[in-house]
Amino acid sequence: MEFKISNKAKLVTLVLIVTGALFTGIGAMFLGDHAAQRVLTNGLTNSLFFLFISLGALFFLALQYATETAWYVMVKRIIESVAGYLPVGILFLVVVLAIITLMDGAHIYIWMDQNVVEHDAIIRGKAAYLNKGFFWFRTVAYLLTYYLFYTGFRKRSLEEDKVGGTDIHFKNYKKGALFLVFFAVFSSMQSWDWIMSIDVHWFSTLFGWYVFSGMWVSAMVTIILVTFYLKKLGYLPHVNDSHIHDIGKWVFAISFLWSYLWFSQYMLIWYANMPEEVTYYVARIEDYKILYFGMFFINFAFPMLILMSRDAKRNVGIMTFVGLVIIAGHWMDLYLMVTVGSMGPTSHFGIFEIGMALLMLGVFMRIVLINLTKAPVSPLNHPYLDESIHHEI
Amino acid sequence: MAEKVIYAMYDDDDVLKDGAKKLVAKGIKVADVFSPFPVHGIDPIIGVKNTRLGIMSFLYGLGGLTLATIGMRYFMIVDWPMNIGGKPSFSYLENMLAFIPISFEFTVLCAAHFMALTYLIVNRTLPGMPARNPDPRTTDDKFVMEIRTSDNTGFSYEEIEGMLKETGIIELDQKEVK
Repeated sequence: MEFKISNKAKLVTLVLIVTGALFTGIGAMFLGDHAAQRVLTNGLTNSLFFLFISLGALFFLALQYATETAWYVMVKRIIESVAGYLPVGILFLVVVLAIITLMDGAHIYIWMDQNVVEHDAIIRGKAAYLNKGFFWFRTVAYLLTYYLFYTGFRKRSLEEDKVGGTDIHFKNYKKGALFLVFFAVFSSMQSWDWIMSIDVHWFSTLFGWYVFSGMWVSAMVTIILVTFYLKKLGYLPHVNDSHIHDIGKWVFAISFLWSYLWFSQYMLIWYANMPEEVTYYVARIEDYKILYFGMFFINFAFPMLILMSRDAKRNVGIMTFVGLVIIAGHWMDLYLMVTVGSMGPTSHFGIFEIGMALLMLGVFMRIVLINLTKAPVSPLNHPYLDESIHHEI
Repeated sequence: MAEKVIYAMYDDDDVLKDGAKKLVAKGIKVADVFSPFPVHGIDPIIGVKNTRLGIMSFLYGLGGLTLATIGMRYFMIVDWPMNIGGKPSFSYLENMLAFIPISFEFTVLCAAHFMALTYLIVNRTLPGMPARNPDPRTTDDKFVMEIRTSDNTGFSYEEIEGMLKETGIIELDQKEVK
């Protein structure tokens, strides 16, 4: 069945974009001190957040290919559409990173600023890795790899609709496994480069997994919300409670993974209490105690307590509510990583931040909807199509 | 009249499932099914209620969490305040981070072990208990459906037997219960 964007959806995304732009405009008049830094940290937060959602979806798709999973076939196109934000997300991120680089780090990546590096022995020690040239080389390598894998998956998926058979399935199986290998390394390294290098004196070895689990859970929430939306409009007659239950389980499980990694990082640093390590938490807890622990509480306790029962995972109302809450929680998580790392106590959370997030959300939703129109909402051919239609747990 | 229990044996779980569907549609109540492995989708057909084991497990976990908290607070804070990495040792809350791994482990330990025990007791399959399955072959490759005449007073024994024979059974056995 071909998906058409309803007028209501067009209106909602347009309203989001316009209100977002309006808020951003109004907020931009009252930026206060450090205006450029505030604009760029927000640009970085939002472009990363939505790129991460599409990356999480791409990773999840590759995971299903590599494990030859059957149940997900009925929601495959939704995963692809969410991952399809990737080219736009890459564009936004590259623009933001380019501006930051041209401004010599703009006080966000202070290791890009020669004046700072000269007087900082710690940054000088990391200069072989953290320098503009190598940074861009890595960034381009990650983004290009993701883009090529995404276009390959998408092309083969559309081709499979026409020809069927198992050749494409086995090709996807190999490519999916290969993508996971690249992603295992790149997902860690990209979070060091794009996020951890903001707190350039600080390091944490599990930071990459922590960011990765956050992106994964955001992607799962997005996938389940889009599924609910399409199902409500009647586009997914074969998606039953069991499919919903399975995606719900992923949201539940990955929330735990994220909390586990958050806690592991926090507890080890708290226990050892070493000055060069605690700086990260001191900056966040001294100025943003309620936001920081509130964010952890929302992202951990909410899914844990509410989604524990089987019935809750199958309930559209509960899943939507929890999904919206934790996706906001994970946005806040990224905001606290990026903004507090670069601006410390001088950052504000105001109308400008909300406006920019709404603007990007509107763009993201519109692009996901446009992607959905480009192919049948349910795959026409897949070796496991029948198994997925009769999925029952 | 003495109660009769009918045991119908099948050698395929799908045949058994189809048979159970037909019998239930005719109004027969199936008491139980014995199988070497969980037969997917048989529960709603013969009307087995959803298990409450999950709720018990949650309660056991909660109990474990409470016990661990009480225990650690007493050992580490009240009875003999422990110096944990130079951190203040007179408050549970301030040292809670150090206690979380143990709370978690003890929660899982209690939930898992007591859930397994409950399962064995409810099913009466604790080690040494007499087996309740009617035929040892149901632990190998056969499936047995149990129908009690007392559950199906609207049908005579012969009627039930006739219906069963249409469903592809390979053996029929019966037992009198007083």
